[in-house]
Amino acid sequence: MPITRKDVDHVARLARLALSEEEKAALEEQLSKILAHAERVTSLDTEGVPPTSHAIQLANVARSDDVVDPLSRDDALANAPAAEEHQFRVPRILEEEE
Amino acid sequence: MTAPSAQFVTTIGLEIHVELKTRTKMFCGCPVAFGGEPNTRVCPVCLGHPGTLPVPNEKAIELTNKIAMALDCEIAPHSIFHRKNYFYPDMPKNYQISQYDIPIGSRGSLDMEVGGESRWIGITRVHLEEDTGKSVHVGGGGRIREAEYSLEDFNRAGTPLVEIVTEPDITSAEEARVFAQELRSILEFLDVSDVRMEEGSLRIDANISVEAPGRSGTKVEVKNMNSMRSVFRALEFEEERQRNALMNEEELVQMTRHWDEKSGVTIPGRVKEYAFDYRYFPEPDLTPIEPSIEWLRQLQEELPELPIAKRRRWMEELGLGPYDAQVLTSSPGVSVFFEETLEAVKDANPKQVANWVANNLAGALSDTGERFSDLKITPSQFAELMDMVASGEINASQGKEILSAMLLTGTSPGSIAEERDMRQVSDRGELEAVVDEVISNNAEVADRIRAGDMKPFGVLVGAVMRATQGKANAAVVTEILKEKLGAS
Repeated sequence: MPITRKDVDHVARLARLALSEEEKAALEEQLSKILAHAERVTSLDTEGVPPTSHAIQLANVARSDDVVDPLSRDDALANAPAAEEHQFRVPRILEEEE
Repeated sequence: MTAPSAQFVTTIGLEIHVELKTRTKMFCGCPVAFGGEPNTRVCPVCLGHPGTLPVPNEKAIELTNKIAMALDCEIAPHSIFHRKNYFYPDMPKNYQISQYDIPIGSRGSLDMEVGGESRWIGITRVHLEEDTGKSVHVGGGGRIREAEYSLEDFNRAGTPLVEIVTEPDITSAEEARVFAQELRSILEFLDVSDVRMEEGSLRIDANISVEAPGRSGTKVEVKNMNSMRSVFRALEFEEERQRNALMNEEELVQMTRHWDEKSGVTIPGRVKEYAFDYRYFPEPDLTPIEPSIEWLRQLQEELPELPIAKRRRWMEELGLGPYDAQVLTSSPGVSVFFEETLEAVKDANPKQVANWVANNLAGALSDTGERFSDLKITPSQFAELMDMVASGEINASQGKEILSAMLLTGTSPGSIAEERDMRQVSDRGELEAVVDEVISNNAEVADRIRAGDMKPFGVLVGAVMRATQGKANAAVVTEILKEKLGAS
C-alpha cells in the first residue's frame, strides 16, 4: 500500500511538523518503503497466534502506593523555557487547528 | 406541522471521569491532593522528562477493579495500556496513558430506580488512565482563544483517573441525574474517590440526541456540567433545543456544546472539521495487567453492600418509605450514622429515626452544605434525642429546636432541654387547667365543636400549645379537649 502525498500531509499535521515540498516528496517514498517492509510480516501464517503488545513475557509489574518526595519547585521549573508565578508559561493554545 | 412531543425519543449516554483516592499518582510516587501551591507535587515522570519510565500504582489498579465489579462488569483476564497521542500543554508527554481496546472492565450494568420503576443502564467500559495538569489562560478575559499565553500547573498531571462509559440507555434528563447520583453513591460506598464535582474529582459529560418520526437524531456532546443539578438542567435544555429544531425543520449539527450555569443554556463549541486521530498504540513501557482469579475473588469479598441493596433491605426489614431509604443510602456517612443511631436507641422505632435523619438532620446539613462526616453530634447523642421524642418527654417541635442547638454546639439533648426548660408537659392535671381556660376564652369555637363541627378543633389545640409555650403534649391535649367537649 503506497503512501500518498495526502497521507504525508496528514501524518505531518498530527506530529506538528512543517515540511517543505522536497521533504514531503522524500518522505512519500521513504514511508512507502518502510510500510512495504513491515507488510512482509503479513505473509506469515498467524492463524491461532494471539496479538502481541509486548516482546517480553511479563505481567503485573507495579509499585505500592507509597509517596516519594517530589522535586523542589525550583528544580521542576529550572529547565522551563519560560515560567511565571511558579508555573510553566506556554504560548497561546489554539483549541483545534483551522 | 408539528409532531406531538410524545413522539420524540431522547437517547443519552454518559461518560464519567473519577479521580481515584490513592496516596500517589498513577505512574510515579508524587502525592495526590486537591489544590495546593502550583508545581509542588511533580517529578521527572509526571513532567514527561525524556528517559523516565512509568510504573503503575497497584492500588489504582485495585480500585478500578472494584469499580468494574460493583458495576457488574466482565473483568479482562488480560488488559493493556495504550498511548493516546495529542498535543496539549497540560499533558507534558504529548500523549496520555490510557486504555483502548482492552479495558479492565466491560459489559456491565447499573441497577437504579426512577419513579419507583427499576431501570438497568448498560456500562460499556471501565478503564484506567491518568489525569492532565491544569491551565490558566492569561489575557483575553481568560478565554482560551483570545488569551495571550497560558500557565501550566502539573500537580494534577498523572492522578489516577477512571473513565466509565454507559450505553445509550438513558432516556431523559431525570434518568441521567438519577444515574449520576446512584453512581456517585456507589463510588462513595466503595471508598475509591472523593467524588466532589466542585473539585473535579467527579466529572460528567453526556451525549444526547433526540429523534422524531422519520428524522434520525444528531449526537451532541454536552460538557461543563459541574453539579448534579446542572447535569439535569443542561440535558433538559439540550433536549428541548433539539426538539424545537426538529419541529421547526431546522438542521442539527453534530458538535460539542458547553453548559453555561449562569445563563442556563448550552453554548456551541467549535464544530470539529476533522476527526481527531489519536494514533493509539500499546504502551511499550508498561506490562499487561493480568489479575489472578484468587485476587479477584478476594476483591469481590471485600466489596461493601451497595446502596441499592441496602435501600431495598431497609425498606423490607425496617419498613422505611422509598424517600427516607433513598436519602439514608445516598452516602456512607448518612447510612453509618443511621445504623449507629439505631443500635443506640431504646424507645424510638426505626421508621421514626429514619424519618428524622432523612428529613430534619439531612435537611439541616444540606442548608449548611456540610457532610455527615462534618457532624458535631454523635449517633448516641442523636439516639438520646430520638428516645426523648419517642417517650413523650419532649414533643416534635421541641425536638427540632433541640436538634438545631445540638448541631451548633455538639452538646447533649438532655442538657439543652434542661437549660431551656423544654420538658414536655404531659401531666393531665396541669393541662386540664390550661384547657379549661382556653375553652372559656374561646366559648364560641367550643360551642361549634360541641355541635359536632370539628373544623375549628385545631384552633383550640393551637391555643393550648401557645399558652404552654409549646411544651404541652399535643396528644394529651387533644384527648382532654375531646373529653371536655364531648367530641369524638
